[in-house]
Amino acid sequence: MSDTSVHAAVHAAPTSFIRKYVFSLDHKVIGLQYYALAFVAVFTGMVLSWIMRVHLVWPNAPIPGLGWLAKVGAPGGVVTPEYYLQLLTMHGTLMVFFVLTNAPFAAFGNYFLPIQIGAEDMAFPRFNMMSFWTTFVAFCILISSFFVGDGPPLSGWTGYAPLSAVGADAGPGQGLGQSLWGISIFVFCIASLLGSLNFIATTLDLRTKGMTLSRMPIVTWAWFITSCIALLAFAVLMPACLLLILDRVAGTSFFIPAGLNVADHIQPHQGGSPLLWQHLFWFFGHPEVYIAILPAIGIVSHILICNMRKNMLSHKVIIYCMMAIGFLSYMVWGHHMFVSGMNPFSSLVFSFPTLMITIPATIMTLIWLGSLYGSNLRINSASLFCLGFISMFVSGGVSGFFLAQPSIDIYLHATYFVVGHFHMVMGVAAIMGIFAGTYFWFPKMTGRMMNETLGRWHFFLTLIGTYAIFMPFHYLGLAGNVRRYSAFQDDYLIPLLPVHKFITYAALFTGAAQLIFVFNLFYSRFKGPKASENPWECTSLEWSTPSSPPPFDNFGGKHPVVYHDPYQYGVKSSSGDYVMQTSPEQAGAGS
Amino acid sequence: MGGKIFAVLIVIIALASAVPIISHTFLGASVTPPEDISTHGKAIDDQMSVTMKEAGISFLAAQLILGLFVWQFANRRSGAAKTFPGGATAMVIVAFLFVGAEVLALGLVGSKAWATVYFKPAAADAMQIQAQAGQFAFYFRYPGPDGKFGQIHPDKIDEGNSNFFGLDPENDIASRDDITSGELVVPVNKEVQLLLHAKDVGHSFYVRELRIQQDFVPGLDLSVHFTPTKVGKYEIVCTQLCGLGHYNMKSYLTVMSQEDFDKWLKSQSS
Repeated sequence: MSDTSVHAAVHAAPTSFIRKYVFSLDHKVIGLQYYALAFVAVFTGMVLSWIMRVHLVWPNAPIPGLGWLAKVGAPGGVVTPEYYLQLLTMHGTLMVFFVLTNAPFAAFGNYFLPIQIGAEDMAFPRFNMMSFWTTFVAFCILISSFFVGDGPPLSGWTGYAPLSAVGADAGPGQGLGQSLWGISIFVFCIASLLGSLNFIATTLDLRTKGMTLSRMPIVTWAWFITSCIALLAFAVLMPACLLLILDRVAGTSFFIPAGLNVADHIQPHQGGSPLLWQHLFWFFGHPEVYIAILPAIGIVSHILICNMRKNMLSHKVIIYCMMAIGFLSYMVWGHHMFVSGMNPFSSLVFSFPTLMITIPATIMTLIWLGSLYGSNLRINSASLFCLGFISMFVSGGVSGFFLAQPSIDIYLHATYFVVGHFHMVMGVAAIMGIFAGTYFWFPKMTGRMMNETLGRWHFFLTLIGTYAIFMPFHYLGLAGNVRRYSAFQDDYLIPLLPVHKFITYAALFTGAAQLIFVFNLFYSRFKGPKASENPWECTSLEWSTPSSPPPFDNFGGKHPVVYHDPYQYGVKSSSGDYVMQTSPEQAGAGS
Repeated sequence: MGGKIFAVLIVIIALASAVPIISHTFLGASVTPPEDISTHGKAIDDQMSVTMKEAGISFLAAQLILGLFVWQFANRRSGAAKTFPGGATAMVIVAFLFVGAEVLALGLVGSKAWATVYFKPAAADAMQIQAQAGQFAFYFRYPGPDGKFGQIHPDKIDEGNSNFFGLDPENDIASRDDITSGELVVPVNKEVQLLLHAKDVGHSFYVRELRIQQDFVPGLDLSVHFTPTKVGKYEIVCTQLCGLGHYNMKSYLTVMSQEDFDKWLKSQSS
């Protein structure tokens, strides 16, 4: 790679407050902005889930403060059936889009990808700034739905038509609220597409001298592969949202057939297909869940390699597995639609690539386990969250064995079994990846260490708590407990209420445990012990910057040269048992 | 220290998670599918059972190995780094040969159970009953002695006057003898073909004991067939989010002897 490409990203050092902290072109600031947005989104989403869980087991008890916040949705603090579904919709939308797409990918990826490849910034710093602020606008549009007439939509984060398409007749929140949702997601797609373009161009064009593709850390590969998936996936969701908005406001009928009698009004539409929405949505939606998990896979692999002081059994195989998962992710969307009314032959066809995804996922898991063997794993908060990730990835993954088979899905579809499955992989494993990244990279981003004792308490309470919440979801599913119910009144559901109570207590307990993390994050930012330049003795380029946080151009005017892959651990060298990627030293064998 | 705590914890969590699966109970509640009352359900249940064993073994093995390796290799005091015998190649082979072949087998065997429900057409003499799902109730319609269903007119639906299907008996002869019911009543051991019609938005028909779940899609003529094998009363619940009353959208499947069913049908038409 010639030196000229490295100069392409240069922009002047910011001077004004606005340029430094608000409308910044610096990928590091933008990464932190995404992190902050994800932080607000995750706590909002978590509070919504507490309200939902409390309502499910104490339906008539007024929730303190809620009556004042939601006069229409929860008069006297008691959640109405429609408000429960509205909270559910917002919980899912916030978590999937604004947390799981933002934090592991946009936040950490923006901050560290350019540094890890030796670049001064992303390829398109202005697009990058636009991406974040567009995401922020999408967030504001979404949140605004809480404050309009009858509130946010109640159609779930999946927004199935015709419920989402026919307008206010379908129920509370289905008027303006649903339109705001559609616009918010449309705008989010624009931001995502810009972000993905940036990641791809940067990775391909801005690698510094010596940084071949094969010398990029696994996590850099993960962000790159994720951005390729995201480019194709969001490119489909965006027009889908547009078609939905047109059905709602322009009288089109992409998703609405003739003759619908909704609340005694015959809907003035004809010729549309509700299944078309499902195909478009899930064509995006399945790759989206891999967009959520792949960066976490990369982060966990990266942190484990550093803490094990040895490479994975094969980093190449992990990278190929990530590519295989990315590729296969486009072939399986119909597994969300087995009993949807689509051709049952299609259901069988979709189930086979779905089952096949087990193979790269298993290979990666076996490689992680096999790499732990014979290592000397340093235990710290970051590495503990990586181990927690592996455990949750397995737990969430094996329930996929059931759901991938259409015959079994006849029974388990739309039950809590599905909800348990996706929460374990997305809601816990991916979040553990975010936590691991936070504890690991905090010293680089702030120059201070997070408190290790608090970190361990956070980890162990979260591990126990999340298993206590989500493992019982599978038991409920086996009993046929239907999902997205605001109350459990059916004969067969009432005996399951003790299980729900247990889950609610676990959820509140686990939520409280996150306050330890919040305190640690903010306290350490200002009062944490100063960190050395490379506290984890990690070889990749982010640890070779001249300061923590790095200077605005990452390397202080120098252009790093790369001599090694990032796996020089367990070797004899002048720094100890590792050689930095930027060090010309050739290590002696063994440690 | 943290490594050893993790190792012990993960083993406890894994074993504790398995207990309700084996005992079929959790906190006093039964957490297993209810008794199967269909002709096709055994194949589904067998498939679930095999999958549970395979998933269970994979789950336990992975968590126990994770715990074991972390116990052995976290913060070790001494010892050189070791490579797992076979390295990555062994992992790839195991994944393909054991897991890959296993899930392929599951998929192939499971296709048969799926085919019984979905590929095999309803028998020519199956009893046709129409089911309509609308916010927030199920209604069922029997064709009556003429064996024909009258036309549905969405604009004529009038729930206040119990015209749930929007029939027009004045002008449509076939609809005059149609029998409407809020519950699905069927005779035992006779195949039923349920014709699914969505009135407004998406809904779904789910009877756990029948091992049947099928979405109602507005604009599509879908149907599902089954043969109930046991007299009794079973809950029908909606499983496709359809609005604020989704949690409350239910009905009952009542399976009667042929004799009782004939009496019931006669009493409905008078």
